[in-house]
Amino acid sequence: MVYLLGFAFSLYILGMVFAFIYLGRPRQGFTKATALFLGVAFLTHTLVLIIRAYQGGHFPITNLHESLSFFAWALTLLILIVYWRYDISVLFAFATPITVLFMTLSLATPLGLLPLPPILKSIWLPIHVILAFLGDAIFALTFCVSIMYLVQENRIKQKKMGRMMTLLPSLTLLDQLNYRLLTFGFPLLTLGIITGSIWAEYAWGSYWSWDPKETWSLITWLVYAALLHQRLTVGWRGRKAAWVAIIGFVLILFTFLGVNLLLSGLHSYGRWS
Amino acid sequence: MRDLITVVGMNHKTAPVELREKLSFQPDQLPYSFERIREIRGVKECAILSTCNRVEVYNVLRPQTSDLDTICAFLADFHQVPLQIFEPCLYRFSDDKAIRHIFRVASSLDSMVVGEPQILGQFKDAYGLAAQYKATGMILNRLFHKAFSVAKRVRTETRIANSAVSISFAAVELAKKIFDDLSACRVLIIGAGEMCELAAKHFINAGIRDIYITNRTFSRAIALAEDFGGEAIPFETFGSLFEKVDIILSSTGAPDPIVTADVVSKAMKRRKNRPMFFIDIAVPRDVEEKVHTLSNVYLYDIDDLKEVVTANQQEREKEAKKAETIIEEEVSHFIQWMDHLEVIPTIRQMRERADELRKVELQKTLSKMKDLSEKEKQAIDRLTQSIVNKLLHGPSVLLKQTGENGTNDYAVAIVRRMFHLDDTDPPVSPSKKNNIS
Repeated sequence: MVYLLGFAFSLYILGMVFAFIYLGRPRQGFTKATALFLGVAFLTHTLVLIIRAYQGGHFPITNLHESLSFFAWALTLLILIVYWRYDISVLFAFATPITVLFMTLSLATPLGLLPLPPILKSIWLPIHVILAFLGDAIFALTFCVSIMYLVQENRIKQKKMGRMMTLLPSLTLLDQLNYRLLTFGFPLLTLGIITGSIWAEYAWGSYWSWDPKETWSLITWLVYAALLHQRLTVGWRGRKAAWVAIIGFVLILFTFLGVNLLLSGLHSYGRWS
Repeated sequence: MRDLITVVGMNHKTAPVELREKLSFQPDQLPYSFERIREIRGVKECAILSTCNRVEVYNVLRPQTSDLDTICAFLADFHQVPLQIFEPCLYRFSDDKAIRHIFRVASSLDSMVVGEPQILGQFKDAYGLAAQYKATGMILNRLFHKAFSVAKRVRTETRIANSAVSISFAAVELAKKIFDDLSACRVLIIGAGEMCELAAKHFINAGIRDIYITNRTFSRAIALAEDFGGEAIPFETFGSLFEKVDIILSSTGAPDPIVTADVVSKAMKRRKNRPMFFIDIAVPRDVEEKVHTLSNVYLYDIDDLKEVVTANQQEREKEAKKAETIIEEEVSHFIQWMDHLEVIPTIRQMRERADELRKVELQKTLSKMKDLSEKEKQAIDRLTQSIVNKLLHGPSVLLKQTGENGTNDYAVAIVRRMFHLDDTDPPVSPSKKNNIS
């Protein structure tokens, strides 16, 4: 299984390398190669997750390694969907580094299968965690799209016509994508928090106990809620929307990793070991 | 010494847009400018070309009476810009270099976008206006007409125009990097000149359906709107459209900005920050520079668009080489003609032309009278010769006299026209005319 994961990891890296080559030499062949590598990596990774679920007897998302790995898997799925749907070749170069980063972190953490803590044995585990992680993965992609927007906006404002400007899609497309992803990510994040809260009522006897993960999730949720609200009412878009989406993703990273590694609380099973 | 054709000017390569707009001439300033230039001692003819990319003053100067400094001084004085500010950006050409430059400008070889077709129209307009106010004379008239035909030759004999990427094309390409779907965009075109017409065409090609056109002279806006299935908007109210149009292309002759940052900023609030793209191809500029600093608003002026235009550079350069050869050929033809303008060659040509006619007519007559003796034939020959000589004596003396006191141009022009010395084929065969009368 470790070998399979290593194989997937190498394919992710190859995909990223070809995505970077495409930046230097924009040929469709390189993009196709990236798509192919990512596709095979994704299938292999899926296989790994299935094997792990079978071996562990539960949904494989109970420790830090599994979370990071699942996150990378979900992100890859989304990247491929957006590529297939919008045909933005340059997206690979912006998004694959995040996949590779998460895969690297996931492989750096202990891989061992641990017996599931009794408290996590619940039907709510997959529901809560899948919703939350899918939301996070969508926001990771929103982050990439926002970066792309800022780069393209900067090119156009600075009047620097060049390869980057040619490769990147139009501002309105990137901005629309930012919004579309937000409309998918935000409900998932919201549902993730709600299901978590319901599960907390069953498990810990309280819907909300201001545990650090809960608090930071709420802060993240507020940021995205504000972005959605401002978009719909006063027409926040463009740079502002991109920056808020970037801040939101930084908060997600902190909620995901920072809280697990730095702060202690009820969600502490996601720690290093 | 023959008269000197000169060019003083600046273009997009030598001067930034800020300077060009300071030195540009408004169409209504031109008649007065012609008057001012012609007051300069030694200036015989003049014309001014003022487009968004260049300001050029063409002159014919009497030999050794005037130099280009006086023209530069005029530019400084007329526009109230100190000479030392713009002098480094000026180019000065005279004689064959000036002719070459004028041919290159007309053929769009000197354009920002080599091969773009607008320049010839602007060039024709510039000449039309100068001719209308009688600022041009024999030499510039001939030179400009020659320039038109050179431009036509260059366009038909090289592929330079095929690969031309015009400013408006570049603007469309840029718009595609701001807006995902141009067919969903609305365009407002301010102005109804040739550039605007071209831009409208390009935008329609790119899939834009909603076009609004406004112009100070409303009738022209209506005419252009009809051509493109757009809607004409009165000039006074075009600002109210900012709420719904996404792309604004402006090319008017207004001396001051007609679109202010303030107006755009207010419009942005109403349009909920949906991006706006301003293309300002006017010189002096129509849109305040500050507009570009507003968020979600992008303003490109004519200099910025130059950078966008990089495609097809190589092919254009190759075709440009062919065009340069054509131009060299035409320059030497023109110089030959200029040389003929002097008194002596004119007298010689006049006599040659007359002798030619005489010989033709003599031959006709003699062939009908077969029974003449050799002596009689010689007598008739001498007779015709002396008639021609007597007839040409007057014009020859006149030409020689005016040549000596330096006022030969008028006499030379009249004589050359009378004897069709500049036509390749004399338009009417005199013998036929004689037969009828």
